[in-house]
Amino acid sequence: MDFSVVVEYFPRLLSGAWVSLQLVFLSVVLGGAFALPIALARISPVAWIRAIPFTYIFFFRGTPLLVQIFLVYYGASQFDAVRESIFWPILKEPFWCAIIAFTLNTSAYTAEIFRGAIQAIPEGEVEACKVVGMSKAQMYRRVLLPRAFGIVLPAYGNEIILMLKGSALASTITILDLTGMARTIIARTYTPIEIFLAAGGIYLAISIVVIALFRQIELRQNRYLGTLSIKVPDKG
Amino acid sequence: MIDLHGFGDQLLQGAVVTLELALCSLLVGLVLGLLGASAKLSSISVIRWIAHGYTTLIRGIPELLTVLIIYFGATSVLMAIASLFGYEEYIEVGAFAAGVTALGLTFGAYATEVFRGALQSIPKGQHEAAVALGMGTVRKFYRIILPQVWRIALPGLGNLFLVLLKDTALVSVVGLDDIMRKANIAVSSTKEAFLFYLVAAFMYLALTIVSMVLVSYMEKRASRGLARG
Repeated sequence: MDFSVVVEYFPRLLSGAWVSLQLVFLSVVLGGAFALPIALARISPVAWIRAIPFTYIFFFRGTPLLVQIFLVYYGASQFDAVRESIFWPILKEPFWCAIIAFTLNTSAYTAEIFRGAIQAIPEGEVEACKVVGMSKAQMYRRVLLPRAFGIVLPAYGNEIILMLKGSALASTITILDLTGMARTIIARTYTPIEIFLAAGGIYLAISIVVIALFRQIELRQNRYLGTLSIKVPDKG
Repeated sequence: MIDLHGFGDQLLQGAVVTLELALCSLLVGLVLGLLGASAKLSSISVIRWIAHGYTTLIRGIPELLTVLIIYFGATSVLMAIASLFGYEEYIEVGAFAAGVTALGLTFGAYATEVFRGALQSIPKGQHEAAVALGMGTVRKFYRIILPQVWRIALPGLGNLFLVLLKDTALVSVVGLDDIMRKANIAVSSTKEAFLFYLVAAFMYLALTIVSMVLVSYMEKRASRGLARG
């Protein structure tokens, strides 16, 4: 084992990590935005409205992310109609294909998390909103969604970690993310163990930061529950 | 009917490989999970730390990276060990063996947490009753503790198996002839990417549905001794 290659190529690994972070950030933000309407449709009282998000979620949670990426990257470009459309400048870029696949994938998982959270709110709170005369929109905006946000946080943090690990699949469609960069370096230096372990270490470090961050947000968001976050400030 | 250009048989063969890989990894993972959970509840702090390091490491690293590390790393590690014993021939680790190791390790790390939760939820009285009946540690474990742990852990393990089933697609990256790689081969000769990846997706979906049905049957069976209120 010769870890001097790790020192030498560390800046390039970090630039790969930056691409990974961009992939995760963009797809989590976009996926979260899509997930909310999907989750709301999923709990609709109308059966056929419920069926659409159910099928969507079932497909994206039941098939491997790798298949989904290949479907978007290789599958879409097979059709002339796609290649001649205005979306082609986006769909020919591996980076945006990965964003599309990740967004679709994470929105399906996140929608289920949101649904669970909305349904976990006690019936009494819904009734209380009705009693004080709130409209449905007011009830969601003022009570249900902020409450759901607090409930959702631990599961949502997990989903972001899963997305971070899933982002490694971007390397299979030629993107130089952390894993992709590691594979390129290895093709030149023939030191798979050292470089892959270094890449693993960076992923681990990012996960630990994300976990710590979510723990802080969770404490803050759920501070009305009391006793959870009582801290006596140090003197001096 | 959809025209698969004669690749239907190939895809089915791929499905068999995918299933074999998933089941072998499941077996390895279950053993590792039980060992990991016992280690985490051990009274010796060094063993607890090793188990903790194992789960943190595996759960923080992408599965694809684990597969790549094992596939490319195992050869040099095994050869280094073999050369200590004077064996200097080239040792190659196949994609299947590497896949089982990597996915087994991953499943084991997550299963450790599931088993730990289940083990901890067994009331102390059950242990005491078993000891009072004169059972040894081993007999107590497989007659009293394991059946109850199994019932509690099954839903969690079922979810993990569905994740494992999808993760098997990653092993195609290092050249295992599973559904995914067969689809890649079909795509490169027919240029019909959308069709073949969609067929592959539905094959995984079918495997997922079958596993879900099986798990729910097993859950019913495992809790048959429980009174329903």
